[in-house]
Amino acid sequence: MAAPMLRWGCRGRRWAFARVDGGSCHRRGAPTGSTSNQIRGESSVAQQPLHTAQKTRKGEHKWAAVVGLEIHAQISSNSKLFSGSQVRFSAPPNSLVSFFDASLPGTLPVLNRRCVEAAVMTGLALNCHINKKSLFDRKHYFYADLPKQSQVIPKTVRIKQIQLEQDSGKSLHDNLRSQTLIDLNRAGVGLLEVVLEPDMSCGEEAATAVRELQLILQALGTSQANMAEGQLRVDANISVHHPGEPLGVRTEVKNLNSIRFLAKAIDYEIQRQINELENGGEILNETRSFHHKLGCTMSMRDKEGKQDYRFMPEPNLPPLVLYDATSLPAGADPQQVINIDQIRETLPELPSVTREKLVQQYGMLLEHSFTLLNEVGLLEFFQNVIKETRAEPKKVTSWVLNTFLGYLKQQNLAVSESPVTPSALAELLDLLDSRTISSSAAKQVFEELWKREGKTPGQIVSEKQLELMQDQGALEQLCHSVMEAHPQVVMDVKNRNPRAINKLIGLVRKATQSRADPVMIKEILEKKLSL
Amino acid sequence: MLGRSLREVSAALKQGQITPTELCQKCLSLIKKTKFLNAYITVSEEVALKQAEESEKRYKNGQSLGDLDGIPIAVKDNFSTSGIETTCASNMLKGYIPPYNATVVQKLLDQGALLMGKTNLDEFAMGSGSTDGVFGPVKNPWSYSKQYREKRKQNPHSENEDSDWLITGGSSGGSAAAVSAFTCYAALGSDTGGSTRNPAAHCGLVGFKPSYGLVSRHGLIPLVNSMDVPGILTRCVNDAAIVLGALAGPDPRDSTTVHEPISKPFMLPSLADVSKLCIGIPKEYLVPELSSEVQSLWSKAADLFESEGAKVIEVSLPHTSYSIVCYHVLCTSEVASNMARFDGLQYGHRCDIDVSTEAMYAATRREGFNDVVRGRILSGNFFLLKENYENYFVKAQKVRRLIANDFVNAFNSGVDVLLTPTTLSEAVPYLEFIKEDNRTRSAQDDIFTQAVNMAGLPAVSIPVALSNQGLPIGLQFIGRAFCDQQLLTVAKWFEKQVQFPVIQLQELMDDCSAVLENEKLASVSLKQ
Repeated sequence: MAAPMLRWGCRGRRWAFARVDGGSCHRRGAPTGSTSNQIRGESSVAQQPLHTAQKTRKGEHKWAAVVGLEIHAQISSNSKLFSGSQVRFSAPPNSLVSFFDASLPGTLPVLNRRCVEAAVMTGLALNCHINKKSLFDRKHYFYADLPKQSQVIPKTVRIKQIQLEQDSGKSLHDNLRSQTLIDLNRAGVGLLEVVLEPDMSCGEEAATAVRELQLILQALGTSQANMAEGQLRVDANISVHHPGEPLGVRTEVKNLNSIRFLAKAIDYEIQRQINELENGGEILNETRSFHHKLGCTMSMRDKEGKQDYRFMPEPNLPPLVLYDATSLPAGADPQQVINIDQIRETLPELPSVTREKLVQQYGMLLEHSFTLLNEVGLLEFFQNVIKETRAEPKKVTSWVLNTFLGYLKQQNLAVSESPVTPSALAELLDLLDSRTISSSAAKQVFEELWKREGKTPGQIVSEKQLELMQDQGALEQLCHSVMEAHPQVVMDVKNRNPRAINKLIGLVRKATQSRADPVMIKEILEKKLSL
Repeated sequence: MLGRSLREVSAALKQGQITPTELCQKCLSLIKKTKFLNAYITVSEEVALKQAEESEKRYKNGQSLGDLDGIPIAVKDNFSTSGIETTCASNMLKGYIPPYNATVVQKLLDQGALLMGKTNLDEFAMGSGSTDGVFGPVKNPWSYSKQYREKRKQNPHSENEDSDWLITGGSSGGSAAAVSAFTCYAALGSDTGGSTRNPAAHCGLVGFKPSYGLVSRHGLIPLVNSMDVPGILTRCVNDAAIVLGALAGPDPRDSTTVHEPISKPFMLPSLADVSKLCIGIPKEYLVPELSSEVQSLWSKAADLFESEGAKVIEVSLPHTSYSIVCYHVLCTSEVASNMARFDGLQYGHRCDIDVSTEAMYAATRREGFNDVVRGRILSGNFFLLKENYENYFVKAQKVRRLIANDFVNAFNSGVDVLLTPTTLSEAVPYLEFIKEDNRTRSAQDDIFTQAVNMAGLPAVSIPVALSNQGLPIGLQFIGRAFCDQQLLTVAKWFEKQVQFPVIQLQELMDDCSAVLENEKLASVSLKQ
């Protein structure tokens, strides 16, 4: 496209990530398979990353990586930034193109109010300073369309700026017929460009930052931020240097269409730069593309080198003036002005607040709250279970995050695809809570539920006879038989071997097919052994 | 009937003295007779006749849409017209048929006007002669007027009078020629540095450039977005006011139009007394290149105001001399940007070369644009380069502000209207004109007109008198921003005082077969 581009600036301040304190950044052969694993890994085996880092190759410790991100988020809006064309994913090619989008001569841009409001709202949510007066610029170009030891994750990543931009169309190159086909459906769609300062130092940190931004945008409704549909696109600027020395030459890695690939690409590129430098090579200031099948970055070989975009002020749009409660002119037509304070009032709850509430309300660990928000639909699932069960929130948290999420991950399912409904899990947890079944029986029931046979937990329990044995006499009889059958273990107990009693308990439970409450068994055994 | 003013013919239509179809046919016939003027690129005969038919029905039913209903008009070929080829006199847009109407075109059609055709211009309106379009130069109807011819006969030096035809000025020369030759009652031009006022002055017409933001630019194929305005060419001030009344007002499709309420219909009071007026004469406009005849008429006009009781004072617009060079930087920069859209992909000309996308762009643009356009794109891109931006573009923007402030200061000192020449001299013969290149000509010819565009002010050129050669000379009035009505009111008073003579084209009508033979334009049918 040879048409002018327009941008609108709003300089950023600092954007605090409520990142888990003390979490460590580490490089792994393959990035952690899922966000949930990552969080759990950090909380339960906090030292492991350190350990991993120490095992890195010799000499590697002297390198530090610097990563900055440029994120383009498609604004969730019915129409484009400067035209009335609809915005829709996967519409037939060139079906959403107005005269302006096709840059027919004589057409002029008309600013979409919704896009400005979305930008203001995002800026407010990210604690940015909102410029009261903004000018539009044109941009011109012709186009047919760390490895490091162990560093604490910086708790804040600064936002350099947020600005409004137009998206470009798509070029499809047919090398066989040496043709280029152009789809202008996307041309002119409003984008929020969020520039993150190079405060990150590895793929995982960048992934965390992007995921947080994604959650915020989704909570605000300013972007659907679906990476697979191209609504969130990330370019990473990466360089390595020796700490204390000037920054190295940076490369820009493009084509990062999932958070997982983002982390992978950044870590690959960091390692590539280190290898290159250690082998006496040099890093070129170039644009590289991530090839997700090969798992590596490749030079895109810019033919022309640096582009001069020849920016100039857009003469067809007057300066955009935003008002707040104090500057709003009296009698202004609400349709003609944008009031920042009014938008501030409509800000929804941000993910950081939601997490804080979860921690306070349910006493869960901060990292658990991260997992609940990071997995699409998981928070809602959790809240629905909580609503329907008498079980303790801690119990629910543990079941949702360990058992439920574990099964999902194992089978690579989304929460929405789960065979177990929140109600079923709630019923199961009630059975556990009322001591109708043991926790191991509960696991069995869960496994049955996963098979999608349409049975309720109650039905499964009664069919499989998984209720706890409540009959004291029968249990005493069983204990007696077990003691008689294992005189050696009984002797060990009497010789004060502390583990022996557990072995007896286990044997009794086995005999009951795990249906007896181990606490009850222990009481009976202790009485019989007169401990 | 064709010689009447828009207002007069409108009255005739209302009284049933003539029907829209009859009027339309008369104009079409004259368009054919005057084809050698090359005023029109496209004559939209069928469209016009159909519109006339509908207008006629309205008149019959007593449902006339107003003063413009049934009135033949012409539109410069850089305004988008739905379903009618819009070329900007460039190879780049030959065959381009826009799918939409420019707002101003739509407004005229909504008022019942008949679109006779699209008029000739310099390619993409870049020029001051209407000589640099791909369809050839426009000829000034005054070349064939009795007034001019009689003077030529008296002059023993005149050689071949038919090859000695005059330019119209530009870039809206086609529109000026169309109105001047009575083929329509009003025409739209565009005015970026004087493109409406300059040909108006050379063709003995009223050429009005409204305040920037008063009239929508949507659909006007841009030259310089921050200076372009649709212009109006008519045979008298009242007619310009009628057209302005139809066009003025905010447009949701042009964010630079202002939301000020406009009084409609745009009636001009007849000023009886100018004693409360203060007329400013900018001293910097007295340049050595100014012809003595124009200078003398300018000073006579000032005397006229003074003698009728107006206050006439000398004012200073100190940054005037920087205006042309500043305009050059800003104009070419915006041109470079605006022309970027012509890449041969979506519409317009595309070359046959398909080795690579870049090669396709380059060849398409080389074939599509003339040297003038390519030269402006090249210099504009130079000024916008990162290393030059501060030194050229930003500086020029600052100078532009100073120029605009000059006007503000003059008006703040109590001046109501500024009076200046429109052009340095009367129209020159084509052969004389092309001795200099487009850039030199534009720099000379825009000298009195383009500062107004930098400041966004309304200005109007009014024909004053004939020169010794029998050619029209115009003077320019410049008003305060958005005081268009006041400006036109003063212009109307002045028009009444000077009684500019009507062009006598009878000879042309009778003689046109002879003209034709000499000009070897045998394709034109004159047997009407």
